[in-house]
Amino acid sequence: MKFRTFLRHMREGVKNIARNGWMSFASVSSIFISLFILGVFVLLSLNVSNFASQVESQVQIRVFLQLNVDKATVDRLNNDIGNMADVKTVTFVSKDEGLELLRKNLGEDGDYLLEGFDKTNNPLPDSFTVEVFEPKTIADVAKQIKAINNADGAKPIMNVKYGQGTVEKLFKVTDVVRTIGLVLVIGLSVTAMFLISNTIKMTIIHRRREIGIMKLVGATNAFIRWPFFVEGALIGFGSSLLTAIVLLFGYSKLIESTQFDLGLAMIKLVPFDDVAFLLTAALVGLGTLLGVWGSTISVRKYLKV
Amino acid sequence: MIEMQDIWKTYADGTHALRGVSVRIDRNDFVYLVGPSGAGKSTFMKLIYREEVPTKGQISVNGFNIGKLKPRKIPYVRRNIGVIFQDFRLLPKMSVYENIAFAMEVIEAPKKLIRKRTMEVIELVGLKGKHNSLPSQLSGGEQQRVAIARAIINNPSVIVADEPTGNLDPETSWGIMNLLEEINFRGATIIMATHNREIVNSLRKRVIAIESGAIVRDEVRGEYGYEI
Repeated sequence: MKFRTFLRHMREGVKNIARNGWMSFASVSSIFISLFILGVFVLLSLNVSNFASQVESQVQIRVFLQLNVDKATVDRLNNDIGNMADVKTVTFVSKDEGLELLRKNLGEDGDYLLEGFDKTNNPLPDSFTVEVFEPKTIADVAKQIKAINNADGAKPIMNVKYGQGTVEKLFKVTDVVRTIGLVLVIGLSVTAMFLISNTIKMTIIHRRREIGIMKLVGATNAFIRWPFFVEGALIGFGSSLLTAIVLLFGYSKLIESTQFDLGLAMIKLVPFDDVAFLLTAALVGLGTLLGVWGSTISVRKYLKV
Repeated sequence: MIEMQDIWKTYADGTHALRGVSVRIDRNDFVYLVGPSGAGKSTFMKLIYREEVPTKGQISVNGFNIGKLKPRKIPYVRRNIGVIFQDFRLLPKMSVYENIAFAMEVIEAPKKLIRKRTMEVIELVGLKGKHNSLPSQLSGGEQQRVAIARAIINNPSVIVADEPTGNLDPETSWGIMNLLEEINFRGATIIMATHNREIVNSLRKRVIAIESGAIVRDEVRGEYGYEI
């Protein structure tokens, strides 16, 4: 192909968008609507998954020590637990701090229930609060901590607790939530692909007569296909970019209103910067691909004249 | 030059469109193709520009064996054959200029040459000043002139016209015939299927009559010969 012909195809591709105004509008709308809905669900499921992670990351292990454990043993246990690969932090909570914490957690009931207890007759044991990197390893880590205890003849640890049973249920729920999100996004992607490629097909069926005429005048298949390719790519790229811009603008407004105006600071949305690039790239990539794919496939069908 | 040897054409639905046609059309001939509707005239022409391939027999156009042509080569053969239809077959969203220039863009001619030649041809077919109009803004006769301009712009050696005056009033039809004669005069072979008795009988040329898929008459300066 000569360079001037390449330029001609570019020009024709752009002109065709204008020449087939309503059809182009139909394609753009179909891409915009499909990708917009898809984008909303991607953001939704990203945030739900993010929220699930936040909940998961709050699970922790409490390690209660025997009442008679000395300072040296405490330091050794602190080191041993801290050295485990999966452990993020180990915090020592002395019995006095424990009592304070309990008072705070119980609130008004605490005043009544814990009446008479102070530093001199504190019934609570010393303890560690252990946080892990990966919430799902929590049961393993708890086991390892118990193993340290069993290896030690003095058995300095009284109890290891991490909400056995409850934590497993929580993980199940968050897993289901994530899976539902993924299935929805995949299902919507497929639907969007069908919708978009069908609309593009319709607009090209409309032009099959033109393709036949071009062939009779002696145009090669490539010559006919190129402008359609350019047209499909431009429509796909333009409308998906528009979708991404509208979607992200809306998302930034949503973050603004929830985090600042409404003061819903406890619901941490996935930060704008974390999604902006990825979402734009995914939507624009998918849109351009569908534009090209839809038009190329459909044109091929009518080239056999 | 076009040569057919014992051409048979049977369509998928079992219709026998042509039954053993043999004919030779020389360079610069002007041929009328006459006969009742459904006799095989359109199939005869479609074989020439390779819209159809023969079921049996050999056909050569400008030295190309049409029946054995590789799909990749078809466009290059068609560029040397100008085709004109009863229903014009213009690209509806392109202007007169763009429709005609398209045939030259296809052969990757330089833009300046396309511009010069297109304007020339537009003038030749009598559409000066209409180059920016869309086909839908033109009359039938004008649209047919655009189709003719597109067919002749690359100076093809063969022009195939399937009832080019079929949709036009008598006066406009004569205008189109003058144009075809002019093109023939400049050296192109013309094959024209027609039902127009008056034109065939007044503008005497070679007449090939087809009935039920076979050539029943071939006269150098023939008459229409049907009473309709």
